[in-house]
Amino acid sequence: MEATISTFVLLTITGLGLGAMYFLVASGLSLIYGLMGVLNFAHGAFITFGAYVAWWITDQIGGSFEVRLLVGGACGLAFGAALGALVELVFIRPLYRRPVEQVLVTVGLALALGALVYGIWGADAKFFPIPDWTLDTTTILGANIPNDRFVEIGVAAVVLVGLIALLRFTRIGLVIRAGVENRAMVTALGIDVRKTFTLVFAIGGSLAALAGVLSGVYYGNVDPVRGTSLLIYAFIVVVIGGFGSIGGSAVAAVAVGLVQQYANFYVADWLDWSGAGDVSVMLLLASVLLLRPEGLAPKVAH
Amino acid sequence: MSAVTALRVEDLHVYLGESHVLQGVSFSVAKGGVTALLGRNGVGKTTTLRALMGLVPRTRGTVEVQGENVTRLPTHAIVRRGVGYVPEDRDVFAGLTVEENLRLSERGGDGRYDLVYDLFPELRERGRQRAGTLSGGQQQMVAIARALLNDNSLLLVDEPTKGLAPLLVTEVAVALERAAELATTVLVEQNLGVAQRVAQHVVVLDGGRVVHEGTAAELFASPERVRELLGVHGGHN
Ligand SMILES: Nc1ncnc2c1ncn2[C@@H]1O[C@H](COP(=O)(O)OP(=O)(O)OP(=O)(O)O)[C@@H](O)[C@H]1O
Ligand SMILES: [Mg+2]
Repeated sequence: MEATISTFVLLTITGLGLGAMYFLVASGLSLIYGLMGVLNFAHGAFITFGAYVAWWITDQIGGSFEVRLLVGGACGLAFGAALGALVELVFIRPLYRRPVEQVLVTVGLALALGALVYGIWGADAKFFPIPDWTLDTTTILGANIPNDRFVEIGVAAVVLVGLIALLRFTRIGLVIRAGVENRAMVTALGIDVRKTFTLVFAIGGSLAALAGVLSGVYYGNVDPVRGTSLLIYAFIVVVIGGFGSIGGSAVAAVAVGLVQQYANFYVADWLDWSGAGDVSVMLLLASVLLLRPEGLAPKVAH
Repeated sequence: MSAVTALRVEDLHVYLGESHVLQGVSFSVAKGGVTALLGRNGVGKTTTLRALMGLVPRTRGTVEVQGENVTRLPTHAIVRRGVGYVPEDRDVFAGLTVEENLRLSERGGDGRYDLVYDLFPELRERGRQRAGTLSGGQQQMVAIARALLNDNSLLLVDEPTKGLAPLLVTEVAVALERAAELATTVLVEQNLGVAQRVAQHVVVLDGGRVVHEGTAAELFASPERVRELLGVHGGHN
């Protein structure tokens, strides 16, 4: 019985840790789609590049693991923001009012940037400098939880609160919420919504990079396909949570992370089958699409 | 002429999909007062206003606001030249509160809230209510208020009384008269009673072109002419 509870707690907190990373990726995707109608397939490259830049910086500098990770992570985030803004300005903006071409361009960018990562850093995984204490465990209800899970969950919670505050209490947030509802009418009020597009891409890029860095802490390394694998789950989270909704993304990210963990353990245990987690996530997606095609939240940023 | 011209439209052409909706619309609006833009259903009145706002692509033509050519400007830049727009479907932001809808439309930070709340006291009381939960009439008030909040020189107002109860129609008409004291107004209006009450000039569209321009008094004095141009019975409502 106690082993059952401790296993459940471990699975839950690990699921939340995964959900934290899904949320960071999904929130940017969701805002970009909600505001601009662009499904940004290049988002995975923001994740991977952000993580690699963070790793590369940690490799260049000295100091404790914590300092290297913080400095590297900050550089990764800054790089993600710059890359996001650049992609919007150079590739998305000229294709304004041509959403199909915009999506195709992001697919092309995803392939090109992915190849660039291979070209620069090779196919082998790079090891992140992980402070010892993140590998230690904390015992909760008999479960030994690796401490990095708390870092991932805590960072995502701070981002969630920050995003909600941005949307609710700032002028930019007001423009984003209005733009998600009706972009044309925002411009008809005299607001240059294109500035907001660039900003949202920069925010999305930095949050994706943050997810990449946290995944480096979670897995202990970064590899060239990290972004792609996180992006698939993030897309599912966005669909379940409702396009343009931060709250919906948070709820859906947690749901996907938990379902994946529980199914991977319990179903796999029961049927001796390792694909259960992914299949369960697909079932979750399918049932939300059937029951609430617009996702958990209506298309309003909040 | 140009010193007193608030709006000049020359040979405006717009395609929506395959259909050539505006086929060379030309008219001028002198500074001050209300010009009613009239025409049968589906004749292109809304499209004309949207084209002036840069919200639909124009294939040909010139638009001048206060003598300045704004044809190639993006929508937000046209608005910043002092143009207020009240769209046909109101287009209030349903998820935003009334107060947020107004704050969003405020340009330059000194919105004329006194004026707006004086015209529509209800909006002050409902400041924290989500616009999506308002009645159609209240949403129309928000839409008009957004345009009046700034010191615009030109207002483009698309069927503000559509679907409203008679009492609200009167309230909106009063607001339009007040608005017209502050800015030149182009009003699309199917309720001819309202058009007759507030407009001094009329422009009538048909077949993608302007088929009549003149004073409101002259047009409404002739029920036959009204019927011929608009396909309806004119006169008082
Ligand atoms: N997206 C579109 N694609 C093709 N045709 C369109 C589109 N939108 C409108 N139209 C057509 O363009 C014409 C003009 O429409 P518009 O809305 O400007 O007319 P209107 O005079 O405002 O009509 P109403 O009195 O009903 O408001 C109509 O015949 C309409 O069917
Ligand atoms: Mg219309």
